[in-house]
Amino acid sequence: MSTSTTLNDIIPGSPAIQESTKVDDVTAMLDSIEGTVGTTRVENPKMEMREVDVFYADKQAIYDVDLDVARNEVIAMIGPSGCGKSTFLRCLNRMNDTIPICRVTGSITLDGVDINTREQDPVLLRARVGMVFQKPNPFAKSIFDNVAYGPRIHGLAANRAELDEIVISSLKRAGLYDEVKSRLDAPGTSLSGGQQQRLCIARTIAVNPEVILMDEPCSALDPIATARIEELIDELRENYAIAIVTHSMQQAARVSQRTAYFHLGKLVEVGKTNDIFTNPQHDLTENYITGRFG
Amino acid sequence: MSSTTEIVQASLARRYKAESRFRLYGIVAISISLSFLAFLLISITYKSIPAFYETQVQLTVNLDAEKLGVGASPDIKAIKTANYSGVIKGALREQFPDVKKRKAKKELYSLVSVGAQYQLRDFILEDPSVIGTEQTIWLIADDELNGLVTAVSDVTDIGDTPTRLSEQQRGWINTLQQQDQVKTGFNYTFFSAGDSREPELAGIKAALIGSAWVLLVTFLVSFPVAVAAAIYLEEFAPTNRWTDVIEVNINNLAAVPSIVFGLLGLAVFINFFALPRSAPLIGGIVLSLMTLPTIIISSRAALKAVPPSIREAAQGLGASKVQVVFHHVLPLAMPGILTGTIIGLAQALGETAPLLMIGMVAFIVDIPQSIVDPATALPVQVFLWSDSPERAFVAKTSAAIVVLLGFLVVMNAVAVFLRKRFERRW
Repeated sequence: MSTSTTLNDIIPGSPAIQESTKVDDVTAMLDSIEGTVGTTRVENPKMEMREVDVFYADKQAIYDVDLDVARNEVIAMIGPSGCGKSTFLRCLNRMNDTIPICRVTGSITLDGVDINTREQDPVLLRARVGMVFQKPNPFAKSIFDNVAYGPRIHGLAANRAELDEIVISSLKRAGLYDEVKSRLDAPGTSLSGGQQQRLCIARTIAVNPEVILMDEPCSALDPIATARIEELIDELRENYAIAIVTHSMQQAARVSQRTAYFHLGKLVEVGKTNDIFTNPQHDLTENYITGRFG
Repeated sequence: MSSTTEIVQASLARRYKAESRFRLYGIVAISISLSFLAFLLISITYKSIPAFYETQVQLTVNLDAEKLGVGASPDIKAIKTANYSGVIKGALREQFPDVKKRKAKKELYSLVSVGAQYQLRDFILEDPSVIGTEQTIWLIADDELNGLVTAVSDVTDIGDTPTRLSEQQRGWINTLQQQDQVKTGFNYTFFSAGDSREPELAGIKAALIGSAWVLLVTFLVSFPVAVAAAIYLEEFAPTNRWTDVIEVNINNLAAVPSIVFGLLGLAVFINFFALPRSAPLIGGIVLSLMTLPTIIISSRAALKAVPPSIREAAQGLGASKVQVVFHHVLPLAMPGILTGTIIGLAQALGETAPLLMIGMVAFIVDIPQSIVDPATALPVQVFLWSDSPERAFVAKTSAAIVVLLGFLVVMNAVAVFLRKRFERRW
């Protein structure tokens, strides 16, 4: 084997060796970012983030991010691996509380009320801001019990009939009911990956939250299952505010109305999805969406 | 390309060789350990066989009121204290009328166990109307007789089988055998009696029940404490120097020699708290101290093995910390926790040293009725019997080990059953 093989021989035009994206250049560009390009605010927002910094011990993961989540809108957060988009998402329902070394500063409000105060109970917050994770993670319980778990612990159903009603309507809204109606007693883990993820979405909407956070919900799924989930996200937008983190720019383009581009913990650019993908303002955004790095 | 192929191909043979060599090591290692185990089991089981047999001798006893030393219509107290030994001796003399010498008579009497008089007493207590009649009944034979008739088919030609029976005694046995007055059957006494100085009367039941009480206390103390400690340390405790210290000390506790726990039990529970000596209560508490670290360590490992995605899922739905742990983490960790518990209890079951320190080595004849009655445990019984000089106790010792192992197997079977019930499809 010849020793002169480069990445370019294997993948012609590989972004790794493109002139314009040397690491130094990126850092220089990033340092030059003062605030975020585009409009971070919307009218009558569901959630507002102001000057949010996140630290893991001494290491800062998020720098001074301002962003609003509008009602009945899907906002996509994109960016290269390790850019802090998942960390940022997890601030919105205080999932970072479970990591002892994690510290969040700045203000995050839900309907104008700060969620990071002592008075704000994280349990209540998470009932209002639901979350769907990257890997489908059904409980080791039956399909019915998976969906019924949230309503049960919060006491949302007064009796069994109401619980049945909630479970069935949640499964229907997640587009899973027809596939599982004959085997609601089967374990949730017996479903296929795509079905499991829809089960997790059904489980989340069974609590009837106001905001749904999705952390790369399709990254473990095949294209058909992904398409099914994307359709579902579009339907859910009518009733919920949705923030989705995704690695797939196509997915961001398909499901979201606004897109936020993160890079190395900074929010580089945010705007209408159409504008971001057709006419990015910042060089970093342009490099990312044209596939020069990522 | 070609060079890579060549290099890889050249090394392939070596790699496969290494693999097959390793397989061989594995098979050899497994064979060695299995053969040791088989050797142990076979030798113990073989040695224990005589202990599971009991020999009885049929005698015609004359239950004359005068010979028994009771009146014509005796009360219970008189019956209880009657001279059964004399009656049995009389029956033996009648069976072999030509035995005259004192020494020979003594040898003759020793064919029947001293327990036979209690057998006869119980027989009469059951139906006092037999007094004054002549009865043919089966009486328990001496341990040497039992040992010999279970070992050889012809007692007059025993080769070099070790026995303390004289030629004359063997002649009598032979005579009895020919008249079908000797029978050997399953030894129920072994499973229904407590300890005794006489091997043929000694039973395992007191030790078995004692062990059961001890384990019950051990389980009731160590399981909840250990699981609670494990859950707290794993799920709730802040990570700081104190939790580190606690963790190190729990691990150290697992390495403390068990006799130290016995000393602690003696000093704290008996001398300071003045709890009853020799009782399963103290035995159980002392063994709990020993079992705790095992259960804590394995429970923590089981809790740690529950995927974080499950915790996140529950937290994301708004479950509180306690709900996350008790609804999701604990059920998934339960099989692992149970495995740790059963390992800990199996250790406790086989532990002798700490029990010696707290007096559970006493000679206990009565079957313990509660956790505060004096008791002994199976391994201690093995220890006691292995120390006894009578040959029949060799068999009893092995039989006690067999019972101990059987206890262990039953315990493990229960654990496997529980595991299967708790296990969830993943």
